[in-house]
Amino acid sequence: MLLGAILGIWLLGWLLFEGVATLPLGRATLTGFQTRLNELRDSFDAARDSNVFLDVVVGGIRDALDAFVVGAQDLLSQAAFPRPVPQVGWLGVVALFAWVTYALAGVRSTILVVLSLLSFGVLGYWSESIDLLIVTFTAVLIAVLVGIPLGIAMSRSRTVTAVATPVLDVMQTMPSFAYLLPLVLLFSIGPSAAVVATLIYALPPVVRITAHGLRTVAASTIEATTSMGSTRTQLLRKVQLPMAKRTIIVGVNQTIMAALSMATIAALIDGPGLGEPVIQALQTLDIGTAFVSGLCIVIMAIMLDRATTAASQRAESERRATRDPRRRRIALGAGAVLAAVAVYLSRSYLWAADPSRLPDLGRPLADVAGTATDWFTDTFSAVTGAIKDGFTYALLNPFQSLLADSPWWLVAAVLLAVAFVLGGWRPTVTTAVCLAVIFGVGLWQDTMVTLTMTLVATVMVMLLAVVFGVWMGRSKRADTAFRPLLDAGQTIPPFVYLVPALALFGTSRFTAIVAAIVYAAPVAIKLVADGIRGVSPTTVEAATSAGSSTIQVISKVQLPMARNALVLAANQGLLYVLSMVVIGGLVGGGALGYTVVSGFSQAQLFGKGLAAGIAIVALGIMLDRITQHAAARSGRR
Amino acid sequence: MARLAALMAAGSLLVSACGGGDIEEAAGPSEGGEECGDFDIAINPWVGYEASAHVVGYVAATELGCNVEYKSLKEEVAWQGFGSGEVDVVIENWGHEDLKAKYIDEQGTAQDAGPNGNVGVIGWFLPPWMVEEYPDITEWENLNTYAELFRTSESGDKGQLLDGDPSFVTNDEALVENLDLNFTVVYAGSEPALIQAFRAAEENREPLIGYFYAPQWFLAEVPLVKVNLPPYEEGCDADPETVACDYPEYILDKIVATDFAESGSPAYDLVASFEWTNDDQNLVAKYIAEDGMDPEDAAQQWVEDNPDVVAGWLG
Repeated sequence: MLLGAILGIWLLGWLLFEGVATLPLGRATLTGFQTRLNELRDSFDAARDSNVFLDVVVGGIRDALDAFVVGAQDLLSQAAFPRPVPQVGWLGVVALFAWVTYALAGVRSTILVVLSLLSFGVLGYWSESIDLLIVTFTAVLIAVLVGIPLGIAMSRSRTVTAVATPVLDVMQTMPSFAYLLPLVLLFSIGPSAAVVATLIYALPPVVRITAHGLRTVAASTIEATTSMGSTRTQLLRKVQLPMAKRTIIVGVNQTIMAALSMATIAALIDGPGLGEPVIQALQTLDIGTAFVSGLCIVIMAIMLDRATTAASQRAESERRATRDPRRRRIALGAGAVLAAVAVYLSRSYLWAADPSRLPDLGRPLADVAGTATDWFTDTFSAVTGAIKDGFTYALLNPFQSLLADSPWWLVAAVLLAVAFVLGGWRPTVTTAVCLAVIFGVGLWQDTMVTLTMTLVATVMVMLLAVVFGVWMGRSKRADTAFRPLLDAGQTIPPFVYLVPALALFGTSRFTAIVAAIVYAAPVAIKLVADGIRGVSPTTVEAATSAGSSTIQVISKVQLPMARNALVLAANQGLLYVLSMVVIGGLVGGGALGYTVVSGFSQAQLFGKGLAAGIAIVALGIMLDRITQHAAARSGRR
Repeated sequence: MARLAALMAAGSLLVSACGGGDIEEAAGPSEGGEECGDFDIAINPWVGYEASAHVVGYVAATELGCNVEYKSLKEEVAWQGFGSGEVDVVIENWGHEDLKAKYIDEQGTAQDAGPNGNVGVIGWFLPPWMVEEYPDITEWENLNTYAELFRTSESGDKGQLLDGDPSFVTNDEALVENLDLNFTVVYAGSEPALIQAFRAAEENREPLIGYFYAPQWFLAEVPLVKVNLPPYEEGCDADPETVACDYPEYILDKIVATDFAESGSPAYDLVASFEWTNDDQNLVAKYIAEDGMDPEDAAQQWVEDNPDVVAGWLG
């Protein structure tokens, strides 16, 4: 009701003031703030060698990271001069990884890891894949060493939580393009900058989930322990950490997945790994090659996800101690001997060291993928073009006009009112701060265009999430069929499907929205499916036996009872959509996404790109707080 | 697991019994490596650049025995690498007066190593079918007549001028404004997006006008036609707000790290004397982009076909 009134006032204001005070900014124009960022960069760059802190501390970190990664590459992936191959060849690497997986996760995961690693060799991307693993694991190792203590601190202190949460928000929502350049200023280009970029993006999940896991250890358990006279340290070591172990490993799992996606993008600053062939293939629009190297990334993601999940389940079952330790020790010992033999072979013989001697499936697969994509786009581009036009004229253009062509004060007032109605005064304050930041960095109209695309994409994501989430939640078979597709959508680097998307929809805002949906829908669908599955079966049975039709069961029982999952899905969907703004800029989305990329590419636009990155963060925090508080409210009702 | 292990052991024994090359034998000492040492070439993200870089790299590796490393980097990032020793050469530089001022004049970490023989052209281009159909469309004065053709869902009731490799400087918003054109600039956002748009426009005979540049491998596939804007004169683009003339031609040049230039490496002499034509570059770029050749193979092919030119560089 209230929202309707707000919309009415907005429409009226838009009719009266369309095109007034919209705060546009020309592509090549910089505001004072953006120019100052440029100057800051210049003075920073000039001081790099003379400043003790930059030279000794940052330089020390840089050299250590570089040495670590290059050492690992010599050992596992790149020719260690004067040898024509690494110290350990592919057979040895496969055996080593298999043994570690067996020790931590079990037999099924071991088979998966062996097959995945072999596929990297057969597809022709052995060294790039192992490079990517090295960068990912280096970043994850640091993330775990820093993140778990930080998570512990957050679980024990409200102050630490209050300080750390906004920092973590910024780390997760700041588009990587915006901080790659500042990072390069500090760490120069190469492996160390790639590791740090990856770390920035991958650290938040492990911190957050560790804190969450420790906080949710049942209060009664803690009380029982403290009443027996345990100290805080004992409590932590003997009770909280063991009980939260499974959750913490889930956090590590999330961190690994985030690291993997970021390590791919780090190819833009000479980070080693699979990102390089993907980006190079994009230059010549070679979809086949991009597909095959993208496939390697998907395989790696699935391998890491399943193996760490299995490791967390094992952690659980070991805590309950139901296994015979002696048999396991014998198997581990035998595995170690085998791995040692494999390493020896791969150090001595080329057939066991040089992956290019494996049969090559990559080339034919690339050809097939290229031909199939051509056929698909040729056949459907007329239809998809019409869909794009219809959608843009009927929905996107009017909505964008409402947001971006209204005066800034009107839109700001509307957003504040919506925040207040949905979430109360706290998100309203956050919204006010975020809007002030957006205003201050001088990119108001661009931000409104980006906001339009974000909201439209999120609505589409939620429609898909409800349809497919309900389907998957109700049918095990549908779940099995769709899940691998969802995994692929989440992990395949967006660069891979940009070209087919362009062929289908042309360069347009709609294409950017489609790219965002491909990336964000899987998360939302999974969350909704989980929510539907969580509805107690007895309730559903009761409704069915009372004569409700399927539609009634879904709309009257399952969806309302899964409301929390729906709201969470909307919140996550929104943030995932926002993280694709930059990619959208590459295919015609324009606005903030394009500005970030051009700031990365053109020295004189550096400040503007960084400002756009800041605007995206502000947008993200604003939308996140509004939806979270709205969710909390609807939960209380 | 035990069975699997036994199987693996048996398997590996079986294969090893068949023998194979001994790695220690394969790892012969590299010849001439000491003389040249490491040679790091930045690869800026376009295929023509890649062609130049790999031809130089191929010659350096085969003739001078350098240990050549290619590093894929955007321009600005590559320039930063001069100071830290990560990058020895940028083989094709488009203008970038601001970067020259900063890294050559202020910091002194980089040096100009002369033109590489290529000439860069930036401007507005049309797919060939449009020029056949509307011969007078290549003059900017006539663009308004055809503006309606170029309308899209993105440009509303004006014609769409497709811009948008984020790496390139553009004056197009100002040009449209100052030349009174009934167009609006839409940002494609990336080179693949631009190429895909032009490819589709020629294939399906759709109207399209957009920002493009030469040398570029795609021009070998679809020979886009350049629109004649008011000709460039020295200084006519000085004020980005009032510019109303075409883009200047760029004499593309080579930039090297100062440390590299003073190292006495034979690779520096090669870089300094390297020079070839737009046609040379387009050919190698076509090998790579259209024929799907590995850049190193493409370079080898061209070097073998043009021994005289290469001999000239090695002097």
